[in-house]
Amino acid sequence: MNNRAEHLCVLIFDENRARASIIEQGLREAGNVRAHTIHDMTRLAAQIEIIAPDVIVIDLENPNRDVLEHFLTISRAIHKPIAMFVDRSDNETMSAAIEAGVSAYVVDGLRKERVKAILDMAITRFNAYARLRGELDAARRALEERKTVERAKGLLMKTNGLSEEEAYQALRRAAMNQGRTIGTVAESILLAADLMKGMLK
Amino acid sequence: MRTDTHTTIRMGFIPLLDASAVIAAREMGFAAAQGIDFRLNRETSWANVRDRLAIGHFDAAHMLAPLPVATALGLSPLPVALTVPVALGLGGNAVTVSVELWHELARSGAPSTGDPKAVGAALRSVVEKRRNAGLQPLLFAVVHPFSSHNFELRYWLSSCGIEPGRDIALAITPPPFMSDALAAGRIDGYCVGEPWNSVAIMRGVGRIATTKSQIWGLSPEKVVACRSEWAQENPRVVRKLVRAIHEAALWCDRPENHEELAQVLSRPEYLGLPPAMLLPGLSNVIAIGDAGPAAVEDFMTFSRAAATRPRRADAFWFYEQMARWGYVELSGEGAAAVETVFAADIHAEATGIPPEPAETDRLVGGFFDGRSFDADVLRQDAKAARGKGISTLPVD
Repeated sequence: MNNRAEHLCVLIFDENRARASIIEQGLREAGNVRAHTIHDMTRLAAQIEIIAPDVIVIDLENPNRDVLEHFLTISRAIHKPIAMFVDRSDNETMSAAIEAGVSAYVVDGLRKERVKAILDMAITRFNAYARLRGELDAARRALEERKTVERAKGLLMKTNGLSEEEAYQALRRAAMNQGRTIGTVAESILLAADLMKGMLK
Repeated sequence: MRTDTHTTIRMGFIPLLDASAVIAAREMGFAAAQGIDFRLNRETSWANVRDRLAIGHFDAAHMLAPLPVATALGLSPLPVALTVPVALGLGGNAVTVSVELWHELARSGAPSTGDPKAVGAALRSVVEKRRNAGLQPLLFAVVHPFSSHNFELRYWLSSCGIEPGRDIALAITPPPFMSDALAAGRIDGYCVGEPWNSVAIMRGVGRIATTKSQIWGLSPEKVVACRSEWAQENPRVVRKLVRAIHEAALWCDRPENHEELAQVLSRPEYLGLPPAMLLPGLSNVIAIGDAGPAAVEDFMTFSRAAATRPRRADAFWFYEQMARWGYVELSGEGAAAVETVFAADIHAEATGIPPEPAETDRLVGGFFDGRSFDADVLRQDAKAARGKGISTLPVD
């Protein structure tokens, strides 16, 4: 297939270190790729000149995208033109990349399938990272909610002399009657209790 | 699939004061009054706004006025036709320099009035002194190559006998990083929209040397751009969008609303900065040089002077500047592409404000150096030129 032994040089601009290392690992596994990761954006131009990458991968949240694009269009250090995605015909990949939050700048003339493989890998890993973060956020929220419910239960047990099971049933009934989640009911009970305390002071 | 019954408009914006009319249209009920809803997405770069608009993540977006013109000329990586049905105001930028450079300018005779001629003359003498002393050229930053900031800064400098690129180097820096870069000494000055000049003043790291309104009075800045295809498929929604923005712009111009507008804009999902940093730009009270805050006439207008109307002559002025600074070559094909980007007709239909009279192809009386611009002269020049036409790759 690819009988050129030379490695492709990929530069990753991502201020999110965890995600950058996931991408870098993916590139290493793909083989024949030299990957560099850069977090410090202030020396962007100098770093590009030193590394002379074939492909630049940048996350879309990075405000320095405008800086990077400008540099790529004027730089004399890069002898071949670099453009976004290059293969404009592949709308689907472009759309999937932007959806995933990643963009790539590619040296003109590079073999399309090599670039596509890199981009596909970056898209997959960006999506996987977003999914993981989403799951982590959901877990964190669930934990918060459980704490809130526990505190509301404790309050009901103390003020109304209920057992733990009775307090929980009371919360559940209120939630069902009001068409709300147990978490929101618990939250409003705690809020109301806080307000009452303030008023009695 | 997308029809006129589809009334949610997905929009991207960059946290800047000139996004006010878009944000106010949503928050103050002007969009709802038209039966439309804006779903606003804050973005971190103009490249993101451009790309998400092009691939259809957004229906419309807050955008640098020259960017849709550049896209029409093939200077964008994703060649999707854009239409500008409404502008978001005039003016609003300033040129801020480091405190150190300001002191040098003041010693060379720069007044604290912002007068572009006098400040430019002082800057020229500083540039010459530095050259004679064998020092590096000063470095100024703008926000994007296809921004009015880039073109008005270049216009001002060259008109004052300072060659951009040679006498003063130019770089790109995102607006929120401008005052940090100035404070760290990485740049000597910048041209940016509010509040990023006032932020540097309040942090004590910069001084305003002059303003966009003084370089070119009542000049174009940001617009709303949408995909031309979307505009054609949703003619009624586009007109509702224009009306909502226009009504919001009228509201934003009224001084009695500035406190409330500053409160809304300061929320974390919008600009996320204290209202005190937003009020100078909104109320046109700007501290220039060593002078305290003082009124600057027409520093920024949202609706006054037909500020929401996209003017075809402005699109041609940007085309001329892009050709002047080597981003594109003039051609008949290019002129034809520029012609329809700023859709003054949609604006006129939607707002009932009469369309531009033919003579507004001429821009007269606004430029600080007394020059004028005639879009028709450029149109003829372009037709006669043997330029490459529309390019297929970003400038190289």
